Amino acid sequence: MGRVTITIDGHPIEVEEGSFVLTATRQLGIDIPTLCHFPYMQPYAACRLCVVEARDGKGWSKIVTACNYPAWEGLIIRTDSDRVLDGRRLNLEMLMSRCARLPVLEELAAQLGIDKPRWGYGEDTCVLCGLCVRVCDEIVGAHAICFTNRGIFREVSTPFNLDSDSCILCGACAMVCPTGHIQMEEVVRPEIGHPDLQLGPNAAISVPTRQAVPNVPRINPDYCIHFKTGGCGICSSVCEKDAINYEDEDAFDEIEVGSVVLATGFKGFDARRIAPYGYGRYPNVYTSLEIEQMINASSPTGGQIVLRDGFVPKSIGIIHCVGSRDEHTNRYCSRVCCMYSLKLAHLVKERTGGEVFNFYIDMRTPGKGYEEFYDKLLKEGVHFIRGRAAEVTEWAMTPEEEGRLVIRAEDTLIGTVRRIPVDMVILSVGLEPQADAEEVGRLFNISCSKEGWFLERHPKLAPVSTFTDGIFLAGACQGPKDIPDSVAQGGAAAAEALVLADRGYVELEPITAYIDEDTCSGCKTCVAMCPFSAISFKVETGKSETNEALCKGCGTCVAACPSGAAQQHLFTDEEIYEEIEGVLTYV
Amino acid sequence: MYEDRPNASSGPFEPKIVAFFCSWCTYTAADLAGTSRMAYAPNVRVVRLMCSGRLDPQFVLKAFRDGADGVLIGGCHPGDCHYQEGNHKALRRYHLLKRLLRAMGIEEERLRLEWISASEGDRVQSTINDMTDQIRKLGPLQLEPIPAPAPHADAVEVELKPLPVGGVR
Repeated sequence: MGRVTITIDGHPIEVEEGSFVLTATRQLGIDIPTLCHFPYMQPYAACRLCVVEARDGKGWSKIVTACNYPAWEGLIIRTDSDRVLDGRRLNLEMLMSRCARLPVLEELAAQLGIDKPRWGYGEDTCVLCGLCVRVCDEIVGAHAICFTNRGIFREVSTPFNLDSDSCILCGACAMVCPTGHIQMEEVVRPEIGHPDLQLGPNAAISVPTRQAVPNVPRINPDYCIHFKTGGCGICSSVCEKDAINYEDEDAFDEIEVGSVVLATGFKGFDARRIAPYGYGRYPNVYTSLEIEQMINASSPTGGQIVLRDGFVPKSIGIIHCVGSRDEHTNRYCSRVCCMYSLKLAHLVKERTGGEVFNFYIDMRTPGKGYEEFYDKLLKEGVHFIRGRAAEVTEWAMTPEEEGRLVIRAEDTLIGTVRRIPVDMVILSVGLEPQADAEEVGRLFNISCSKEGWFLERHPKLAPVSTFTDGIFLAGACQGPKDIPDSVAQGGAAAAEALVLADRGYVELEPITAYIDEDTCSGCKTCVAMCPFSAISFKVETGKSETNEALCKGCGTCVAACPSGAAQQHLFTDEEIYEEIEGVLTYV
Repeated sequence: MYEDRPNASSGPFEPKIVAFFCSWCTYTAADLAGTSRMAYAPNVRVVRLMCSGRLDPQFVLKAFRDGADGVLIGGCHPGDCHYQEGNHKALRRYHLLKRLLRAMGIEEERLRLEWISASEGDRVQSTINDMTDQIRKLGPLQLEPIPAPAPHADAVEVELKPLPVGGVR
């Protein structure tokens, strides 16, 4: 197959020999109406609206359908001659005569200058273009629908007009149907996306979250047609870089490393746990994370703050300390919520122009520029009510509260309980350790605090190292932390890890065990005791011997040695006896 | 050393407790209790070991012999040992030791083993307070003096001589 040159409406264009004329006209930007064409399927020439006139320049000419007429050298195409337009009108009028007034046909009729079809209107809504049947066969591969009957009784249906077992409910037929003859009755599709971000995308192929790393689309096999039937594959044919890989699957890579930085982060508090705030019960109660995503310029709402019904809220309540500083959930302060609540208050006020109420226990704004930001908000007219909100309710007591959410809270500054009616409630959820922190900790032989945060070696002197050499901590897995602090700790952890890598050797604590050959009886008790296999029995001498590079210095062998031959540097029996005597002398 | 115990004669009895804490969990927890400004009874003196598995039963006997009224052993929770299973070894020795102490007429309450993780500063506080109260109620540990050396050097066979039943206190 070589390249051939054809001329369309006077414009020469070089195309692949045998490729279809419609493709070439589209390349030139010439609009040819069609109802039955879909770029990823074989042409079918059912609607016959794409007719064009083909000539050879020597007098031969013919009306052909552009979608399936192959190109050959010297072919001349006219797409707008009277003969072509007459043919299109005739075909369209015949389609209209079998169909009710369909918007898509009316639009084409207006383009082609048909006021009223000569043979009137019919009642059908199907133009028998066959797109649905072909998409089900060629792309989806489910073969669930087909043409039935003949002649004027021809229609699209499932075999025997029964509910089809082959149908996978993908909705591809409804998607390609040009007239809306096929409709999905009810599509039940659970939300996909980040579990924390309920507003996430829900297509079968999508970037998991905005600003995801790596920022590449991912196929959800539960929704992808290819994984159900082996068909489709449109995404891979569209992708010029051939980046779609259906065979790719989750895999475990084993990487040998010298040190590990744990930066497993935190889990947002589940606001459902505080039932009186009505999260999950009232649609207009949001968590701060959802608002954070909504306010992002690339969000589904385009950065606008709107209620579930699409209206812009006129008053917004922000409840602080949800899941923080609370005897019933977490006693600690999550540290970041005050500042992000203030930021949200500022943005929400800016975007909606509404009244913003903050319900806080204490305003904690330490840090560079933070107190000044709080000051700025006070001047902007954001309301601050000092007191923990008791509940969010729909129960209205005054006409003003009707149909709105009411936040009941104690205002400790004026000493009374207040009811504030709002349209939207934002819950400033706290930070919690990851649910599997305990397991991960055990994996790395480090411990967790009572709340579940990873424990650093020393709260003041070694805040990034852990009790296990070579394991470092960064970010909120070690405790609630804001972004600047996490970045700083991450840098410190990376530096500590690099120090180990750069030095190329590890300093051992001088607390290893040793065995006095003279007193060792060769009983091998210590060999079985050592959890690190650092003690070996030497047959030649009949004594045991420690390997100081493997010894971690626990001293279990020393305690077990019946003859006192095993001793531990800095922890010899003698030293400990002296210590016991010492602590008992000077009480 | 036991003869000139300061609190044996005058003033209310204040027990002396020797604690053997493992470096990674209980010792760190005690450190945490300190940095958290938790006050606990001053009767406990801590000896740091790298692991509760380092605890030689003789350390406990030595402590009692030298005048301790109680001994507290602290280790990591089972499964959390920094050295994998040193605390299991400590547990085995603890049970044997208890039987030995019983045979010697030393009350079981005077020896205590607690698993306290590095984050449980408050448990260090409560355990120490609790144990101090308990020992205070028991009163001072009274052991018979070591017999004077016999003419033959190998005549002393046991260091600690069992007390007659009911002879404690």
